Amino acid sequence: MTGLQDRLTPAQIEEFGREMDAIRRRIVADLGAQDVDYIQNVIKTQRGLEVAGRALMYFPPAWPAAVTALAVSKILDNMEIGHNVMHGQYDWTRDPALSSQKFEWDNVAPAENWRHSHNYVHHTYTNILDKDRDIGYGILRIDPAQKWHPYYLGNPVYATLLAFIFQWGVMLHDLEFDRIVRGERTWADTKDVRGKMLRKAARQVGKDYVLFPLLTGPLAPLTFAGNATANLARNLWAFSIIFCGHFPADVESFTEEETENESRGQWYLRQILGSANITGGKLFHIMSGNLSHQIEHHLFPDIPARRYPQIAAEVRAICEKYGLPYNTGPLHKQLFSVAKKLVKLALPPTPQRESEEPSTLGAEPKAA
Amino acid sequence: MGKLASLAEALLTPHGMDRYLELVDPMLVRRDLRGVVTAVRRQTTDTVTLTLRPSRAWRGFTAGQYVRLTVDIDGVRRTRCYSPTGSQHHDGLELTVKADPQGLVSRHLHTHARPGLVLGLSQPDGTFTLPHPRPERLVLISGGSGITPVLSMLRTLADEGHDGEVVFLHYANSADDVLHRDELAALERPNLRVVLGYTDDGEYFSLEHLKTAAPWYDTAESYLCGPKQLMDPVRELYAAEGLSERLHTEEFTPPELTFDTGSATGQVRFAHSGREVENSGRPLLEQAETAGLRPEHGCRMGICFSCTQVKTRGTVRNAKSGELLSEENEEIQLCISVPVGDVEINC
Ligand code: FES
Repeated sequence: MTGLQDRLTPAQIEEFGREMDAIRRRIVADLGAQDVDYIQNVIKTQRGLEVAGRALMYFPPAWPAAVTALAVSKILDNMEIGHNVMHGQYDWTRDPALSSQKFEWDNVAPAENWRHSHNYVHHTYTNILDKDRDIGYGILRIDPAQKWHPYYLGNPVYATLLAFIFQWGVMLHDLEFDRIVRGERTWADTKDVRGKMLRKAARQVGKDYVLFPLLTGPLAPLTFAGNATANLARNLWAFSIIFCGHFPADVESFTEEETENESRGQWYLRQILGSANITGGKLFHIMSGNLSHQIEHHLFPDIPARRYPQIAAEVRAICEKYGLPYNTGPLHKQLFSVAKKLVKLALPPTPQRESEEPSTLGAEPKAA
Repeated sequence: MGKLASLAEALLTPHGMDRYLELVDPMLVRRDLRGVVTAVRRQTTDTVTLTLRPSRAWRGFTAGQYVRLTVDIDGVRRTRCYSPTGSQHHDGLELTVKADPQGLVSRHLHTHARPGLVLGLSQPDGTFTLPHPRPERLVLISGGSGITPVLSMLRTLADEGHDGEVVFLHYANSADDVLHRDELAALERPNLRVVLGYTDDGEYFSLEHLKTAAPWYDTAESYLCGPKQLMDPVRELYAAEGLSERLHTEEFTPPELTFDTGSATGQVRFAHSGREVENSGRPLLEQAETAGLRPEHGCRMGICFSCTQVKTRGTVRNAKSGELLSEENEEIQLCISVPVGDVEINC
């Protein structure tokens, strides 16, 4: 049995941590105008696409183009811009428009709630069962260590539904609904969080489903449908990228005991074992907010994401050197792997089925 | 227009109208404040005088106040305070920046400022201003680049056709170092006199100077801005004569702060980022930076309030006033606050 803490020898883990720290230091020292220019360009592109998308809604024959522009705009806004800015990747610029504390994204989930559930909870307790609430989002069984219940028979259905309404799922995530059901949290506790959700959602719904459609007059139904389609496309895309970053086969999860008193090196190790990358071209990486480099992102969540591709080869080489897995593959492969897991884990565990998919470190170590 | 603007804001949620307008032209912003450089003048070898046209939200300033100027240097926004030198009755904004050999922002502006450059701007701030109605008699004293707020007062008074007695006593190293010398000469009137002192061939301020320049100084209101070598003797003299009430000052060089790093105790917790460090006895801004955080800040000397953050618990000492602040959830300026024991900052 190999626990997280026994994966590498104490000397190895220390050296490994030092190598990771060195990468970080090197990148941080190199941050400068080129990073700001990059994100400003992405922002310009996104805002331009948004304006174009809204304008094209007035020309019905251009409807598909309008929807595409708007969907791409929303994807860029949420992923390469919003997700990354809200991680504090550009806080060093001291530009209020790029400040993690001030940025608000084009998504119904209020930035402030998201910074708590994602930046804090998920990134601190990555893949620790019962602590990282991203494991299954409180609705899915996505790790064999989650105890089976007949409710999970609906696993694939829930996941599909979640994909369609993903932004609402992300919004509701911070309510910790499952904990309310279990009586660990009261409805009154969520008053603040709910208030923020309502206000943000009202503004988002107001512009996409009321104001912009009304402004197009007789074309209102078409605009309404166009905005809905753009939101839907963004939901499906974000869901796919995020699920592929954490739930393909061979991504590992951990128990609270094995992560007690973690050293810096062990923390890095957990981030690597708990994440998966997606291979693809430059455009694909941008459209995924560079979360296709989920491993690098989890190692260095506050370094500008455009730097991840630059360091990926190095991180991979270090993993190889220490005999650690580096989970990566093309989108279709990772998606298929996630889907398979969702279906398999819907069913009650049988000794044979679970051993096919040793997903926690409690099981036998896999060949690297 | 108000209705249209709020409709536009609703349509452009969550980013707001400015984030779109600035892509067309950075000066179109409605809420944010910016200034575009319209003229650049380098009157002495180490200064640069910029004329700015502020964007729409600008509310104007009162002579003697300062603004925060923000410039991007290598991707990082830097903010410093400068006092406008022009009359408050003119549109636009004139700023004179002295390039300090150590000064990142001032050197950058000195070398790179050119017409068309857009800078970040704040609404004006500061209480170093003339009262209403204007005093019958005024003594304005300045040294070096401390001339900026005082010159603004002088030009404002001239614009108002002020007919009381005004004496402007200014010190510079030599005649060549007097900023805005031509403007000063042009301002002279029978009731408005400019007296220059050169420290290269004489002493700094003395009672003699004051008596010669403004024999009636003890019945006047006095406004003072300059380096420590000037501020200290003027203050002492006014105090000795029991005139401190009539002396109004503006510090433009940081007061020297002393820190007792030897006996510092406690833990500093930065609640937002979850970082925690051993109190080093240095200002919280520095401690935050050593902990790898990058809190917003400007002057680093307690005047601009851009580093203000909420202290959730614990006590800090204000290094400028010595005051102890121990209330929960109060706002403190990180750059001049030193923890006394355990503190938690919402940062
Ligand atoms: S940085 Fe200006 S007051 Fe602190």
